[in-house]
Amino acid sequence: MSNVLAIAHKELKGYFASPIAYIVIGFSAILFGWFFINLLYYFDRMAMQAGAGFGGPQSVNVNESVISPLFLNVSVILLFTLPLVTMRTYSEEKRSGTIELLLTSPLTDLQIVLGKFLGGLVLYAAMLAVTVIHIGFLFAFGNPEWRPVLSGYLGVLLMGACFLSLGLFVSSLTRNQIVAGMITFAVFLMFWVVNWFATFASPTWQNILNYLSITEHLNDFTRGVLDTKHLVYYVTFIAFSLFLTVRAVDSERWRG
Amino acid sequence: MIEVQHLTKRYGPTTAVDDVSFTVEKGEVLGFLGPNGAGKTTTMRVLTGFMPPTEGKAIVAGYDIFEQPIEAKRRTGYLPETPPLYPEMTVRDYLTFVAKIKGVPKRSRTGRVGELMERTRVADVANRHCGKLSKGYRQRVGLAQALLHNPEVLILDEPTAGLDPKQIIETRQLIKELGGDHTIILSTHILPEVSQTCQRVVIINKGRVVAVDTPDNLTSRLRGSETMLVQVDAPPTDDVKRTLEIVPGVTQVAAADSRGTVISYEVNSEAGRDVRRQLAAVVVSNGWGLLELRPLRMSLEEVFLHLTTEEMPHE
Repeated sequence: MSNVLAIAHKELKGYFASPIAYIVIGFSAILFGWFFINLLYYFDRMAMQAGAGFGGPQSVNVNESVISPLFLNVSVILLFTLPLVTMRTYSEEKRSGTIELLLTSPLTDLQIVLGKFLGGLVLYAAMLAVTVIHIGFLFAFGNPEWRPVLSGYLGVLLMGACFLSLGLFVSSLTRNQIVAGMITFAVFLMFWVVNWFATFASPTWQNILNYLSITEHLNDFTRGVLDTKHLVYYVTFIAFSLFLTVRAVDSERWRG
Repeated sequence: MIEVQHLTKRYGPTTAVDDVSFTVEKGEVLGFLGPNGAGKTTTMRVLTGFMPPTEGKAIVAGYDIFEQPIEAKRRTGYLPETPPLYPEMTVRDYLTFVAKIKGVPKRSRTGRVGELMERTRVADVANRHCGKLSKGYRQRVGLAQALLHNPEVLILDEPTAGLDPKQIIETRQLIKELGGDHTIILSTHILPEVSQTCQRVVIINKGRVVAVDTPDNLTSRLRGSETMLVQVDAPPTDDVKRTLEIVPGVTQVAAADSRGTVISYEVNSEAGRDVRRQLAAVVVSNGWGLLELRPLRMSLEEVFLHLTTEEMPHE
């Protein structure tokens, strides 16, 4: 465990020593703020209409109209920012030769992979921490339910962890971090849009496509529903990606 | 301490290391010598557990590097060809990180890092970023990294590459000091380095071991016959060559160089037979001047070239 933490600590230091951490956190804070303001204006308008009684919605709910869509929008931010976080994790070590240090130290491949994953996850958590401010405003001036907020954060954290583990795997396949970044972005996009066809597909395919989509599983979390189906999906996704990463590092050894 | 048995490494169709076997005793410094692309780095990468061999096995510090890699790695320090530094870390942070992953206990970590920085003479750049260091400093930080956990076995891939002459001497001195306590394999293609620091040499070419011996034995063993250089000042009318040829034990005489009446001859004799006394007596009894008489030894360079170019096809 201390080995995992040592690697995670090193990764985090690496993020904050380079501009990456600041770009990722800053960029996501700006985007999140933008979504937040938009949703809030929209919510404000609806609330006024509901109050005035011009055939608007019967009632409005902060959780449903602001917080839930806000969490769903996080996937857009992740699509662009997380490839930046994971693209260098393995590629850069391979290019600069520091992978030789890691692979000849008394560490298992799994410890290295977990350390890198954890490092990315902490950076992502820092990214999410900024959004607590926005949600805090809602609690200060409104009266939202806190359960869906917590489950929403859990869902968003798990979704990000999926993206991170997938990005880690892609990074372990190449020594060029730009290539890793581009492929990661493309793969994320695929998992994001995979269920767009679901509406035209047969029921079986509809289920399959919806099940594959990383973002589809977030819906219930943002509504305050903790369904084991989604938890299992996310945890399996993460475990499988990390497993593939370990295998990729190992097979790289054999090929030289 | 290190036992390599029938090690073979293939990358697809190319064989980088072909059936290599050797052993290194405890406390010994072994030189690994060979031209570029001979398989030195590959062998070292296999020994450090960076990559598995295609065939054969390696035992390092009593542990099979593939059966018990963690135990073997705990006891091995490795300096790769390019020192594995993180450019954005300071030297002190970097060494502290390495100490952590190499399993140096927490309480002795700071002390150990400080000690190694002194020893490898990098203390003055402790707070500088690794990416901003000169090649010489990088190499020495790399060496410090390999020594942090006080490993029994040290594997150094060209430890003096990129250093200036003063640093080279210091590094060689350090390696010499380390031998005895540590078992060391170092690769190089600088030959004087081998004769200065190593007790034994493995010469490798095209993935195969072509010779294993001490530097002294290698130079003498490879002289199939003894060669003397004899410089004689004789009147041009006398047939010096013929006279030298009939000395018992002499197999061949060749004129090498002439300057007026002074002619140098290379005299070959049967192996193990010292003909210097007879040669001197013959020259003097003929009334010629004996200006020089010395054995010609093959330098390590020549041995190396001899061994590594011998079987090369001429294209």
